[in-house]
Amino acid sequence: MSKAAYRDHLGRPIVAVTGMGVITSLGRGLADNWAALSGGRSGIHGITRFPVEGLSTRIAGTVDFVELPAENPVERSYYYARETTDEALAQAGLSGDFAGPLFLAAPPIEPEWSARFALADRAPPSQQPGDAYDRFMAVLRERPDPALHEAWLFGSISERLADRYGTRGLPVTLSTACASGATAIQLGVEAIRQGRTDRALTVGTDGSVTAEALIRFSLLSALSTQNDPPQRASKPFTKDRDGFVIAEGAATLVLESLESAVARGARVLGIMKGCGEKADHFHRTRSSPDGGPAIATIRAALADAGISEEGIGYINAHGTSTPENDKMEYLSMSTVFGEGLSKIPVSSNKSMIGHTLTAAGAIEAVFSIQTMLTGTLPPTINYTNPDPTIVLDVVPNVKREQQVDAVLSNSFGFGGQNASLVMTREPA
Amino acid sequence: MSKSQNDVVITGIGIVTCQGVGTEPHIALLSAERAPEARIETEKFKPYPIHPMPEIDWSTQIPKRGDQRQMENWQRLGVFTAGLALDDAGLKEDLEACGTMDMIVSCGGGERDINVDSLIVEEGLKRNDREQLLNEKLTTELRPTLFLAQLSNLMAGNISIVHKVTGSSRTFMGEEAAGISAVETAFARIRAGQSTHTLVGGAFVADRRDVILLYEAVRYHATGEWTPIWSRDPEEGGGIVTGSAGAFLVLESREHAEARGARIYATIEEIGGDRGRRDEGRLEGRLDALVDGALRQTDATVIFSGASGGHEITAREKTWLDNRFSDVPVRGYGSVTGHALESQFPLGLALAALTLSSGAKVPAFEPGKEKPMSGPADTAVVTTVGHVRGEGVAVLKAEK
Repeated sequence: MSKAAYRDHLGRPIVAVTGMGVITSLGRGLADNWAALSGGRSGIHGITRFPVEGLSTRIAGTVDFVELPAENPVERSYYYARETTDEALAQAGLSGDFAGPLFLAAPPIEPEWSARFALADRAPPSQQPGDAYDRFMAVLRERPDPALHEAWLFGSISERLADRYGTRGLPVTLSTACASGATAIQLGVEAIRQGRTDRALTVGTDGSVTAEALIRFSLLSALSTQNDPPQRASKPFTKDRDGFVIAEGAATLVLESLESAVARGARVLGIMKGCGEKADHFHRTRSSPDGGPAIATIRAALADAGISEEGIGYINAHGTSTPENDKMEYLSMSTVFGEGLSKIPVSSNKSMIGHTLTAAGAIEAVFSIQTMLTGTLPPTINYTNPDPTIVLDVVPNVKREQQVDAVLSNSFGFGGQNASLVMTREPA
Repeated sequence: MSKSQNDVVITGIGIVTCQGVGTEPHIALLSAERAPEARIETEKFKPYPIHPMPEIDWSTQIPKRGDQRQMENWQRLGVFTAGLALDDAGLKEDLEACGTMDMIVSCGGGERDINVDSLIVEEGLKRNDREQLLNEKLTTELRPTLFLAQLSNLMAGNISIVHKVTGSSRTFMGEEAAGISAVETAFARIRAGQSTHTLVGGAFVADRRDVILLYEAVRYHATGEWTPIWSRDPEEGGGIVTGSAGAFLVLESREHAEARGARIYATIEEIGGDRGRRDEGRLEGRLDALVDGALRQTDATVIFSGASGGHEITAREKTWLDNRFSDVPVRGYGSVTGHALESQFPLGLALAALTLSSGAKVPAFEPGKEKPMSGPADTAVVTTVGHVRGEGVAVLKAEK
């Protein structure tokens, strides 16, 4: 290939995906996940990790089939990220030091309740209401606890990953709420385009389903309360959708300049063609009613990719199954794609895996690439009562064999976070 | 260094420390004859001394009471300081500029509701079904909005809401390294033409028991009487005195800044960060490599060290500075501001930029341990060595 073939429409290095790994409630690894996802199987189930008596939401897409050295979100999030990164690097054919930067989307983690209770057990008695933390400090002054400290640091997951994989420089641990996974990928794309590196490791992980996390989202009325049967709770774009289903998982994508991938004879799985973002200033949890920022985000991703609206063959929707998101996402897609939207299949992976929060953008990017690689569109399951105001081809309930060359994947989150990715099969 | 259109220049500074609000009191302390009087709160969190938040009239940057109520102090301080930076850059209320402005925030998580947490652990001591208790208490006692006041990315979210900064919004977490990566990423994007103007920085609140607890888990917080950063007593706790601080910078490409006639405080010439094991001289080796990469043509004339005060690591940084920069005055700004974790590195850049632009001869923050400056500085080096991990170095040049 000529040098020009490695540059995009703006003269920047083209970014290839050469390795992918994924873990969700559907299983471990891309093959198992894809079989379940394209088979329309749900990973949502009743929660057994902690008691749910008295809670209005008692279901989740937790990953329950792993053995952890300790039960907390840091260990979980690290474990998932390690699994998917091992898988992605193996697929990419990379071993030894990775020698590129690490961008990690990880959940904001707080001390575990079990740790607070354990400190309280050792603490002197309460002298006055509200003095728990003074008592905790008294305990730790006597006997420091480095493991506890490490579990409270936001940088501890990326630290372990950086050591394990020999990434270069300071790893970035980021949060853009439910867009985090997409933002991690975007940072990797930017670093390669800057010419700072030939490759980047981008990871989204979330193992933070705890009682408190569930209750917090519940208090914001964000979660589905249709607990029975669990598999039917996540029903994006339907009339009776009533909230998202909280879930866990991780995905890793190895990004590489196309030139470097070709030079080392790596298999190119897909092209990370463009990224777009635009923040919303309307409200902390709600999107601008006119969809303005989401529209701008999608348009920015298309422009960055150098692809017209007609070029998109499939949309991997954010599709959370909340009344608000699905309506706003439809508004923004219909504004951008107009009449053409009726010809674009749009499906929601979340109908099966739930909302994996921090990891969602990365997991859905992996599934987007896999959609192009296999020529199979995963369905939106539980689509039995369509919302008449949302007119979409959601690939209802059953997968569809259809070759697509370019995919748009959307991620929108609390705090006005919006990010979209455009991926293609071929470089040009 | 010759000027170039894609130079990354600092055109706005928002700064809040225990020493005051905004650039004015900070330029004053940097230009004073002697180090400012230490502002320390010793009673409230006894035995832990901290540098408290100064008095702040939130409404000057967060006019709506409703917005103020949606946040706790940590987010308020970030939103407030970001507003100061925008004001300082002349971009506040400029909807076009803010609507295309990128943003990278470095911060931790939100504060706990200490009363609710206390109530639950107290009740937990009396019961065996603690998980059931949690469900009951959290469901009834947690304020729904508290979650949003705790979410890391909601500092940026609130900056979007209050100041309309909406070009993009990214939040970096992970202690001191988050602050280094935030500025490094903003710098690299502007250099490469991926951004024309970026708001970058963070805020940290030390006046919080849950924050002090983090350090005390490994006994890193200083106890007892306050002493300056290079002279902390190993018998009095771990050496770190936390400090509430907010620091935001408006960074622009020179082209963007000059086109709008912006005042330029300083140019960021280079910036880098790294991490890894610290034993057997590895830390010093990485700091050397970062400085080698950053200091190309000129010599440093002042160094702003973000040393945390943690005994061992601060002693090692001091020895390295003394060896590597034996003739260059060092200012350990933790003596004045305390340690601000995710905000420590942006804070150092803010102080360095103010020093370069004002021509200040910065007084020794710890006389006897820090050399006097002979004249205004031309090149400033900023270091931050994380209390557990992560190191960063930036080199700033005065605008001429």
